[in-house]
Amino acid sequence: MSFSNTVRSTYQQQIKDLQDAGLFKQERFIHSAQSPDIDVEYPVGAATKKVINMCANNYLGLSSHPDVIKAAHEGLETRGYGMSSVRFICGTQDIHRELEDKVTAFLGTEATILFPSCMDANAGVFEAILNKDDVMISDRLVHASIIDGIRLCSAEHDTFKHSNMEHLEEKLQLHAGKRRKVVITDGVFSMDGDTAKLDEMVALCEKYDAMLFVDESHSSGFIGKTGRGTHEKCGVMGKIDIITTTFGKALGGASGGCVSGRRELVEMCRQKARPYLFSNTIAPVVVSGVLKVLEILSATTERRDKLEANTAYWRKGLEEAGFVLKKGDTPIVPVMLFNAKLSQDVSRDLFAEGIYAIGFFFPVVPQGQARIRTQISAAHERHHLDKALDAFKKVGCKYNILGKTKDEIIEMYGM
Amino acid sequence: MDDMTKVVLEYVKAEYLEDEDEDLGVNTPLISGGIVDSFSMVSLKRFLENKYKISIPDDKATPEAFDSVNKIVALVREYVK
Repeated sequence: MSFSNTVRSTYQQQIKDLQDAGLFKQERFIHSAQSPDIDVEYPVGAATKKVINMCANNYLGLSSHPDVIKAAHEGLETRGYGMSSVRFICGTQDIHRELEDKVTAFLGTEATILFPSCMDANAGVFEAILNKDDVMISDRLVHASIIDGIRLCSAEHDTFKHSNMEHLEEKLQLHAGKRRKVVITDGVFSMDGDTAKLDEMVALCEKYDAMLFVDESHSSGFIGKTGRGTHEKCGVMGKIDIITTTFGKALGGASGGCVSGRRELVEMCRQKARPYLFSNTIAPVVVSGVLKVLEILSATTERRDKLEANTAYWRKGLEEAGFVLKKGDTPIVPVMLFNAKLSQDVSRDLFAEGIYAIGFFFPVVPQGQARIRTQISAAHERHHLDKALDAFKKVGCKYNILGKTKDEIIEMYGM
Repeated sequence: MDDMTKVVLEYVKAEYLEDEDEDLGVNTPLISGGIVDSFSMVSLKRFLENKYKISIPDDKATPEAFDSVNKIVALVREYVK
């Protein structure tokens, strides 16, 4: 038996180490569809509790939208459940091509290729378009999936300080001799909710002859006046060489992702990106749902406008209550607590008050920057936000952190 | 503090500290302390190799060996002739 008791015990010890270090992830079981009001079983075996969800990536409230569900049903009926093939053998339907064209139009790019997830898009894109003569220069806070993609690529790699344009320029100068240079950033950073300075980055890339890559997973559908993303907000539509994004967040929330950008780069992905070549693409039912999502978002900005108003209301409420927030204007609103245990305690107490919001701490965020990451949705109504604000105030009062500065909170609870 | 320690300390401060009011010393834990992520160690290794005209094998450039300025200096000295 290869999985001997000795081998088993080493894994058991590793799991115990995670538990002892407070790093063990415990899943909560949700007994309802994704929405602002969910029924959660937590801890495991407990009776379900109705809580307000303040931590979903369901930014536009489309995860359970009736029109999207109906379109998905129709897709299931007309195009079936699965493809049982990768794209280049017999796994490409007309609706896959249609979705690629619609995403291209929505993002204002030249071409698009679907991936099973944005994780896969990020894992596959760099290796497909770069080699050892090239360099990738990434913001230090990019998403883990980008880091995996960088690791899989033979090009040299360097980083620049988060959103620090002077440091980026130094790095572009340092690597001036490389054949190709790609600057890599998130559009909206998932943990801090801040926005990349894409206008400045485009200017630097033009100056130093570099390509620009932006992961728009936390932006597509709602950032910018018509929700096209960070590039719209920064006035650089058409100037981003590679965009990756997900359909697993605002754009319906099911699964799937894509690379969208320069025609030749997209074609290189179609020929060489391994997660594309060796995995089934997005299931027809999901493709049909995403097509409906894009139709809804192209017809009206109503949902992203409501999200913007909700975000402003939520941020103002928390600020007036005296919480320390990360600055920004996106629907990711981190409530800073700095201490890891405090973030867990506050999250637990919020749950008792009927609010579902998760604490994040090192190594997910830097040491001493523990927080509750709240995420606002267009599906939140004012009564959701008001109830959540009341709960935050009550719990904040219990821990005596309202009106306190960062230093005062750290003095009370440590880092 | 000798010259090599000064050079490495200054580089690490300039390259990795985000906040001007942050500070670090020669024994401050860099990687286990979350100041330098293991991914960003690459630029530090390249700096040391270029500056001191050495080649540090990948299996020696571990997060443990890079975890403080003093440890980095000790590692570099092994390869400087």
